[in-house]
Amino acid sequence: MEITVTVNGQEHTCEIEPRLLLVHLLRDELGLTGTHWGCDTSNCGACTVWMDQVPVKSCTVLAAMAGGRHVRTVEGLEGPTGLDPLQLSFMSCHGLQCGFCTPGMLLTARWLLDHNPDPSDREIREAISGQTCRCTGYENIVAAIRHAAQQAQQ
Amino acid sequence: MTARSEHPTPMGHGRMVRKEDARLIRGRGRFLDDVSLPGMLHGAVLRSPYAHARIRSVDTSAAESHPKVRAVVTGEMLAERGMAWMPTLSHDVAAVLATDKVRYQGQEVAFVVAEDPYAACDALSLIEVEYEPLPPMIDARRALEPGAPLVRDEIPGRTDNHIFDWESGDAAATDAVFAAAEHVSTCELLYPRVHPAPLETCGAVASIDRISGKLTVHATTQAPHAHRALYAMITGIPEHKIQVIASDIGGGFGNKVGMYPGYLCAVLGSMLTGAPVKWTEDRSENLMSTSFARDYHMHGEIAATREGRILGLRVRVLADHGAFNGTAQPSKFPAGFFGVFTGSYDVAAAHCRVTGVYTNKAPGGVAYACSFRITEASYLVERMVDVLAHDLGLDPAQVRMRNLLRPEQFPYRSVTGWEYDSGDYPRTLTLALELAGYDELRREQARRRRAFAETGRGELMGIGISFFTEAVGAGPRATMDIAGFGMADGAELRVHPSGSAVLAVSCMSQGQGHETTFAQIVAHELGISPDDVEVVAGDTDRTPFGLGTYGSRSTPVSGAAAVVAARKVRERARVVAAAMLEVSAEDLVWEKGDQERGRFHVRGDRAAGATMAEIAQAAHADLELPDGVEGHLDATCVYNPPNLTYPFGAYICVADVDPGTGQVTVRRVVAVDDCGVRINPTIVEGQVHGGLADGIGMALMEVMAFDGDGNHLGASFMDYLLPTSMECPSWELGQTVTPSPHHPIGAKGVGESATVGSPAAVVNAVLDAIGVRHADMPLTPAQVWRAVQGRPIRTDVAIGSDNET
Repeated sequence: MEITVTVNGQEHTCEIEPRLLLVHLLRDELGLTGTHWGCDTSNCGACTVWMDQVPVKSCTVLAAMAGGRHVRTVEGLEGPTGLDPLQLSFMSCHGLQCGFCTPGMLLTARWLLDHNPDPSDREIREAISGQTCRCTGYENIVAAIRHAAQQAQQ
Repeated sequence: MTARSEHPTPMGHGRMVRKEDARLIRGRGRFLDDVSLPGMLHGAVLRSPYAHARIRSVDTSAAESHPKVRAVVTGEMLAERGMAWMPTLSHDVAAVLATDKVRYQGQEVAFVVAEDPYAACDALSLIEVEYEPLPPMIDARRALEPGAPLVRDEIPGRTDNHIFDWESGDAAATDAVFAAAEHVSTCELLYPRVHPAPLETCGAVASIDRISGKLTVHATTQAPHAHRALYAMITGIPEHKIQVIASDIGGGFGNKVGMYPGYLCAVLGSMLTGAPVKWTEDRSENLMSTSFARDYHMHGEIAATREGRILGLRVRVLADHGAFNGTAQPSKFPAGFFGVFTGSYDVAAAHCRVTGVYTNKAPGGVAYACSFRITEASYLVERMVDVLAHDLGLDPAQVRMRNLLRPEQFPYRSVTGWEYDSGDYPRTLTLALELAGYDELRREQARRRRAFAETGRGELMGIGISFFTEAVGAGPRATMDIAGFGMADGAELRVHPSGSAVLAVSCMSQGQGHETTFAQIVAHELGISPDDVEVVAGDTDRTPFGLGTYGSRSTPVSGAAAVVAARKVRERARVVAAAMLEVSAEDLVWEKGDQERGRFHVRGDRAAGATMAEIAQAAHADLELPDGVEGHLDATCVYNPPNLTYPFGAYICVADVDPGTGQVTVRRVVAVDDCGVRINPTIVEGQVHGGLADGIGMALMEVMAFDGDGNHLGASFMDYLLPTSMECPSWELGQTVTPSPHHPIGAKGVGESATVGSPAAVVNAVLDAIGVRHADMPLTPAQVWRAVQGRPIRTDVAIGSDNET
């Protein structure tokens, strides 16, 4: 089947199998390997992207469901003025180690700060609770999101 | 939250931002599944649904006629090439693809190569395998019973499931101590089978060049050079025709040390098709078939005076090694470093005996940041100390303080033969107790207990302590090898004419930040900027031989190699500088200026000097050098560690427990680590954070249990639970710094400390809250509730199948 999907502002028309998963469309067809795959069961959240402004786990979304929609991936975080402040905060706060969960964490964090510019630590932890990190014990991810929020408030 | 210590870190550029982050935060890392080669095909593995079954037949004809399938590989085909079995790292063999029978659920039976990954999976369902189910050997405690199902009946003459008996310590002396002791506490403890579960699963892209015969394997490997040697051994391709490349790795934790059938199937798939072949696991395959961790059934005994002075420890262990003895550890240590089970205490005698057995479960056992089984050893002794305190009615902090090794005892030779390099244990425990506010916590606990006794409602709280000693940085090559390779690692340091440098190392980061810390080491030694040091790793064509990253050995071994290579460079630079400045080398003084920039100056004439960049330029230019000096500054080192290093620490967990529901909330974790000198304290703290989360995971939720048929009950993240941001508190860290006397910069390694030390602290806290002497991990709400009722269960078997303890 043919779908047209807009990814990071760019329109793509692709011939796909109906069963193709969104994560595989992004990675294998469009070459956007920043979105990672970790579990198949929506538990780990490494594959989190935005679909029409909402974070979804792209391992359990069919590519066909993204037809006619806008998808945003980690490659779409960097804007014309440079890196997203969250990307800078993840660096300065050591919010990543192996970096495998990082793209998904960044996209959820961006959604959080867009909807709640001054979240409490509890709200940050709840926002990322559907995503697993095996390296950081979450401490510095929470710190990085808090830091980005504080920077934006100033 | 971090309590900064007053100890200055002697390393320069301490908390610099990591170099690897710039690509990772952009999604521009290069993980295994990101590798895509022209014409690449995709492999998928057919796995056994049975834990134990004889293979009657394998019919691949339907799969082969699938239009997108390019090859189907069976065990029989491998047997024709002598590749159906591969050597393990523990004097055994393991099946690559099963030929005679399957020995665990999820075992590899066939491999399909197809044009796309979906087609490869489709073709798996077209393969017809006729199995004859056999009774499975699931419960390790019954593995040695007469008539137990035989797992390894292909080994001639084998009549039981026994693998080895290994002992350590003095049995007679220990028995004598126990016979004379005023008090003995005993306890049965299970360290359940768990899994490292890195977020990135295992995989490989194999590509053989038909003209040159060169095999290139991109793989998720923590030990690229060891893997190259194994590929050579198994395939017969000579080592110089094999290049193993590991790029970014999405977490390893020991899961990516061993050699797995999937890697070899990708290699064979490429040999058969002539095209590159990619194989990646899905999550269930990862959890069911690749290296598990622990599975130690322990019987502990601790002898003491009535005042709580520990006299001796005696331990019997039944070790479930699964269907093949494939533990990845120094080959002369069948129980890993379990021999350090006396922990941090001064005991008169100790003895352990470990018996390994085969079961119908996946092979492995040494993984998940365990420091070669020190997780098990540390859990044992720290749980036994709490059991002792419980039995004697003593405070567990006081019992520990009374028995800790004293600073003047270092270097300390333990009764089981380990030489602890350095430590000041009471200082570290004291700091942890102060940070936690221990006395006030005990008062709060008493108040809560009174309130609960009066009302029968509310939460209880508990305080759990763990004091661990690790032994890492394996190891002296005379006693430690893997697959016959001594555990010494190389470093090669090249200095360019401009004074910038490239360091090539054999270790392999899986997120530890080696590109940054190793650059800091070289920068510190050479007096240049870490921005001017490029670190190369994970490519066997570009790096010196060495055994890789696991057992917290990168900083103790490869880090030391980098220091020694850099110091050789500096001494070569001294000779060149002497020629430049027309003085003798002995008259030059090394100094550090602004931003750690280094230079040599002439003794007594500070103005006359040369920076490393100036010296490097001269070393490559037309400067007349003394006879015997070759020019350039490059240097290499193979570092053979004289001893292990012994990081240690004191962890305190505060847990709130609802005895009505069994729900546990970890309120606080205080962790004081002493890993010697810290190179990048931010990275060290990050390593500790991650390990503390592991401790909560293992103590409260992670387990791979099996039902009576050998079905794996934790085969996805729906069933194998990992801690999220909601279960983890904000960690409270502290530090003490006791340099290692034998490491060239005094560093000890820290990667696994918190994973080793923290599970006991969490378990001790939960059991302290509910006043229960012992219950096995994981302390799920059901297990806690059962423990409150006085009936804790076995957690390694399915509920209802013989799991009353």
